[in-house]
Amino acid sequence: MTRFFCLNVPQVRVLLSFVLAIAFTLPTYAQEADVDKGKSLFNMNCAACHKLNKRAVGPALAGVSQKYEKEWLYSWIKNSMAMVKSGDPQAVAIYEEYNKSVMTAFPQLSNEDIDNILAYTDYTPPAPAVPAAVVTTAASGGDNTTSILLLGVLVLVLVILVVMLFLVTKTLRKIAIANGIEVEKTRPIRKPLWEVYINNSFLVFSTVIILLFSSAFFAYGYLMQVGIDQGYMPVQPIHYSHKIHSGDNEIECKYCHSSARVSKHSGIPSLNVCMNCHMNIAEYNGEEDLEKGYTKEFYTNEIKKLYKAVGWDEENQRYTGDTQPVKWVRIHNLPDFVYFNHAQHVDVAGIDCQKCHGPVEEMEIMYQHSPLTMGWCINCHRESNVDLENNEYYEKIHAELSKKYGVEKLTIAQMGGLECGKCHY
Amino acid sequence: MANQKNYWKSTAELDNNNAFVEDLKGREFVEKLPEDAFLGDDQVMNDSKTNRRDFLKYVGFSTAAASLAACEGPVHKSIPYVVQPEEIRPGISNFYATTIADGFDMASILVKTREGRPIKVENNTDAPASYRANARLQASILSLYDTFRLQGPAQSGSPVSWATLLGQSRQQLDNLQAEGAQVVLLTQSFASPSTQALIDRLTAKYDNIKHIAYDAVSSSHALDAFEKAYGQRALPTYDFSKAETIVSFDADLIGDWQGGGHAPGYVKTRVPVKKNGKAKMSTHFQFEANMTLSGATADKRVPMSAAQQKQVLAALYSELTNGQASGSGEQAIQDMAKVTAKYLRKAGKKAVVITGLPSVEAQRIALAINQKLGSVVIDTQHTTTIRQGSANQLTQLVDDLNSGAVQGIITAGVNPVYTLANGEQFAAGLNKAKFSLSFSMKNDETASKAQWVAATPHYLESWGDVEFKTNHFGLTQPTIRPLFDTKQFQDVLLTWLGKDTSYRDELRSYWEQNILNGKSWNKALHDGFYVGNSSSKQNQYRDAVADAVRSISAATQEGYTLNLYTKTGIGAGQQANNPWLHELPDPITRVTWDNYLTVSKSDADALGLWNETQSDGSLNGGLAKITVGSSSLTVPVLIQPGQAKGTVGLAFGYGKQSGVKSEMQIGANAYKLYNDFSSVQPVSIEAVDGTHEFACTQLQNTLMGREDIVKETTLEIFNTKDRNDYNAVPVVSKNHIETLVTSPEVDIWDQFDRSVGHHFNLSIDLNACTGCGACVVACHAENNVPVVGKREIRKSRDMHWLRIDRYYSSEDTFEGDKNTVNEISGLGESLTTFSSLEEPSANPQVTFQPIMCQHCNHAPCETVCPVAATSHGRQGQNHMAYNRCVGTRYCANNCPYKVRRFNWFLYNHNDEFDFHMNNDLGRMVLNPDVVVRSRGVMEKCSLCIQKTQKTILDAKLEGRDIADGEFQTACSSACATGAITFGDINDKTSRVAKSLESDRMYHLLESVGTKPNVQYQVKVRNTETS
Repeated sequence: MTRFFCLNVPQVRVLLSFVLAIAFTLPTYAQEADVDKGKSLFNMNCAACHKLNKRAVGPALAGVSQKYEKEWLYSWIKNSMAMVKSGDPQAVAIYEEYNKSVMTAFPQLSNEDIDNILAYTDYTPPAPAVPAAVVTTAASGGDNTTSILLLGVLVLVLVILVVMLFLVTKTLRKIAIANGIEVEKTRPIRKPLWEVYINNSFLVFSTVIILLFSSAFFAYGYLMQVGIDQGYMPVQPIHYSHKIHSGDNEIECKYCHSSARVSKHSGIPSLNVCMNCHMNIAEYNGEEDLEKGYTKEFYTNEIKKLYKAVGWDEENQRYTGDTQPVKWVRIHNLPDFVYFNHAQHVDVAGIDCQKCHGPVEEMEIMYQHSPLTMGWCINCHRESNVDLENNEYYEKIHAELSKKYGVEKLTIAQMGGLECGKCHY
Repeated sequence: MANQKNYWKSTAELDNNNAFVEDLKGREFVEKLPEDAFLGDDQVMNDSKTNRRDFLKYVGFSTAAASLAACEGPVHKSIPYVVQPEEIRPGISNFYATTIADGFDMASILVKTREGRPIKVENNTDAPASYRANARLQASILSLYDTFRLQGPAQSGSPVSWATLLGQSRQQLDNLQAEGAQVVLLTQSFASPSTQALIDRLTAKYDNIKHIAYDAVSSSHALDAFEKAYGQRALPTYDFSKAETIVSFDADLIGDWQGGGHAPGYVKTRVPVKKNGKAKMSTHFQFEANMTLSGATADKRVPMSAAQQKQVLAALYSELTNGQASGSGEQAIQDMAKVTAKYLRKAGKKAVVITGLPSVEAQRIALAINQKLGSVVIDTQHTTTIRQGSANQLTQLVDDLNSGAVQGIITAGVNPVYTLANGEQFAAGLNKAKFSLSFSMKNDETASKAQWVAATPHYLESWGDVEFKTNHFGLTQPTIRPLFDTKQFQDVLLTWLGKDTSYRDELRSYWEQNILNGKSWNKALHDGFYVGNSSSKQNQYRDAVADAVRSISAATQEGYTLNLYTKTGIGAGQQANNPWLHELPDPITRVTWDNYLTVSKSDADALGLWNETQSDGSLNGGLAKITVGSSSLTVPVLIQPGQAKGTVGLAFGYGKQSGVKSEMQIGANAYKLYNDFSSVQPVSIEAVDGTHEFACTQLQNTLMGREDIVKETTLEIFNTKDRNDYNAVPVVSKNHIETLVTSPEVDIWDQFDRSVGHHFNLSIDLNACTGCGACVVACHAENNVPVVGKREIRKSRDMHWLRIDRYYSSEDTFEGDKNTVNEISGLGESLTTFSSLEEPSANPQVTFQPIMCQHCNHAPCETVCPVAATSHGRQGQNHMAYNRCVGTRYCANNCPYKVRRFNWFLYNHNDEFDFHMNNDLGRMVLNPDVVVRSRGVMEKCSLCIQKTQKTILDAKLEGRDIADGEFQTACSSACATGAITFGDINDKTSRVAKSLESDRMYHLLESVGTKPNVQYQVKVRNTETS
């Protein structure tokens, strides 16, 4: 790593100075152009189809201002199709090269905006602080080892202390005997404790009873958890991180699990839903967790798995048609004899997904948060009130039932939510 | 004293000197045990490296491994779409409107699909009620997942590619055209305008191809008669909702007569609704030989042979034209004609005479009478072509094939080797042909003999159209991608015509040019049904029937006649491999899985034929050998009350051997006796030794005057008397005061408060129920009810959640039975009278009664369940938690209605039940919203709680109230006649809330005090005729 850094730094410096030189020699836009503004404009308007260093739907834009005249770029960005139609050779060439896909016109962008964008596309960021990362890794790795080491040392010291104490007493006793001092027996000789215990039948009896009950309790506890897969965290064919999608990027659960709104199944999103975003996000640029091996390369590689499954040819930005459906491992398995409907809970009742599925936005690997037992369902049905606001269906029933029970808010149980046939048919 | 008695096994033992006996005494086994083979010789044992300890290690290891593996829960894979189709959402059903016309049945339907697979047939309520699905069409969804379907095209039994088949068949057609050799295209009656256009184009291109339409069960006589009378070879259509008097001669208008679909209109005139205190009903006379559904519903049913019916028909015609019945007929026949004529005259335009007799003359006379009456029930301008087959053309074809006049034969949708009486001759002719090609879904009798077999898709995988009747069109659209490598007949025709368009495009352009008249194709496809506006035909009556009257009035009968008919379940036999249809009990005989000869009691006694009820409640029957011309069959005998004397009945569609699972290769093939396409044949019968075991779900017993189950009255009483006279609520004595059983005072249970939320009720109108069985099959499909097979049904282990009980009367009427019972005095008389009451009369009255779980508010089953697996819901449904049930069967024991069904076996994934639940293809029909029950649990009707819950959820999601009619069960939505209605009685505007207040409403066995949530409506008969 260090070697890489040593080799690289001069290059970067050269590059930087080169860029700066260009920037200063081209004062027309470099002076007032704002890279930050340009970045936000780029992300807002261009990023859907363009990347800086890689061909996407449209061409890579790094250094685009060197390729084309600035005036040409202005009019191209503002209305590309007009240029194509007018027969501008450069425009037609691009149009042909990119399969006649039409670039959105941006008449709302001023020349200044475009300057900003171009400044951003020409801007090369300073070299990333790779060594820093390496250092932190080393330190954090060391931390872990040190704590184990420290603990080990502590334990060792304690053991030595115990041994020393024992030795000291022994030596003292020897000295005492050698000096002829009578070491007093502190206690009179009594029956050993176990004999007392054995002879007391009441004690034996109650111990047996206690043992029996406690073992029955534990056996029951053990048997009751058979088939309950709380915490089930299988390895999935693609390492999909809910933490990144739902946590870091705050994507709404129902964007991908859209069926949850209308259907009994929440639905695993089909791969075309992934491609809505991943058509443009081909690599991971977020935080890493090197300790667990979740590096950028690791995540980027997982995105490649998606491309393979959906048959996306990254080079040519098109679908090959060669698909391999992903065989996800199902985590939440209700038995066949239970009917559960997501729409009822998510849409009608308006319950947060997290209520049953836990802090999904923090889960790097998805797992089953709740026990999904009948007792768990029933408890919630007993405790939760039915959200009846603005639902005409409930109006009459609610009015009548609340009169009957004399309460303001009704629980699901009072609405009949504990009846067997509501879930078992 | 010691017992000196000797026991011996053979006389040899008595001989003390027998050395052989002594030798045997010393041995435990007579033969030497084959321990050498078991243990091998010592050498092998010593050489073996496996010693006892190793063996124990292996056993221990494998046991441990097995138990470890068992600890691990199964891993479920979940595979989403790569690109999810927009219209598919997992867990949500999509409905597609489509049309089925398989050459025998037709209907406009909605197909319910889940995750892309069709799972249920529903009625398309936007189409007229006459195009509702019957039991066979309800079951047709299962035929899609038939493992015996052809999976691809074949040549002489070995698979080929479509390219080969298309290329070579076209080549051969070209060659035959060059040779000038004739080719016949033998198809089902398509009634499809676009297909007919394609066939016309084909016959125009190949002038040597001749198209012949063929119906397995022919309406040839009716077609010929209509052609003679009106100049068009088609069938008239009927609207029985306009009828006041219906006179039917052997026409099963509720069953399959002329394509079926007449019941909904008919029933409209059969339900008495009081207007100004008086209800009206139509009067229905039925003259018939076999007991049919129509006969069961008729007000006056006269069992008589076809010859007698012809005489009555001729006399009726004379009576109506001359004012007096002429002819040489008996007095009884003249009298019948007179009575009938009186009613026909009374109804005037609203009268109709129909006939299903296989006689052109009889059909012509019926048309003539309708013409004379000016009947508005028959519509001769809007005709239908769903039956086109001509008897003569077929007879000619078989001859031509054998003589070599026809060199090539193409069949589509028909199986003539099986369905022709001279099928063997047809097969011989088929073998002689230079070119033979069969379009078929199955490797059936014809396909297996043809050189080429073109595998066709199921109708749920096909495009198509149907003209139900003039201006009434239906579109067929695929609801699933073809499961197998199949091609539609029409697509192949297009290839032969040298077109590379698909049939779908062709269909669309045909519709846009000829039918739609500028209307939207997408809308027509979405609706599945389209009413055109082309001017109807102007058919003019131009027949003179004097000769016909003469010829049929002279009809006579010698010996016995055989009346061939189609059964509710199997029909013409297209779906002979469909277990739902075999398991569906015949509405009249209640026999499943069988074809049998129906014989009247007196004829059976005369011929020495017998039926015997076994001690376990099963039915055995004797065998009869029946001979028609040169063919004879040996068939089991079922004694049928109401069968006309001198006649016997036998059903089509059975005895199929090819392309049918062995369990369903049952019964005799009645087509072999279908000479000249006449359903009436002279027959000789003789009793044969042997016993046949029936699987009968209800024996031929009567109600014996018990009124608590079926309540019946006449229109006269209904109109004039008080409710208490015909529908009294039972009373019990409490503190010597007679109190109604419905009163809370006599109830040992506390009432639940059911006034809040929904309270579901099912109402069954005994007047509207025709016994057609569509609900039973719909229930099968909706609720994953398993098929158990003949052996189990014989043990009374049928799993139907919904059954249609059929009751006969012992006297001529149920009223008569009741009177007999009331007049009994003394124990001795009661014993003899009751045993005589068990026997149904020669012409009994029949009542159908659908029975499912009654969802009692005070349910006897709930109180006896030791594990509370069955409990009551606030919405009125009696819930059954299968996973809680431990199978004590106390509930079934305590149920007064006997509606609970016990899973004696695991019916899915079990090859002992080789029907549809033991293979992946067949299981595709299962409804994912209903659990598949396992062995050892009780199950029963849930009032389709999955459907009511879905309706409630939809309303919640949309934040709205629920309208009447939204709540449906599988049976109520399948019922074409409206006999079963379902809804919420807390919605006071709903139909069930109103029917609860009806004078005709009663509950089954009200005296038991179960307070059911299923209501029945008293059956009212219009018996003033007699």
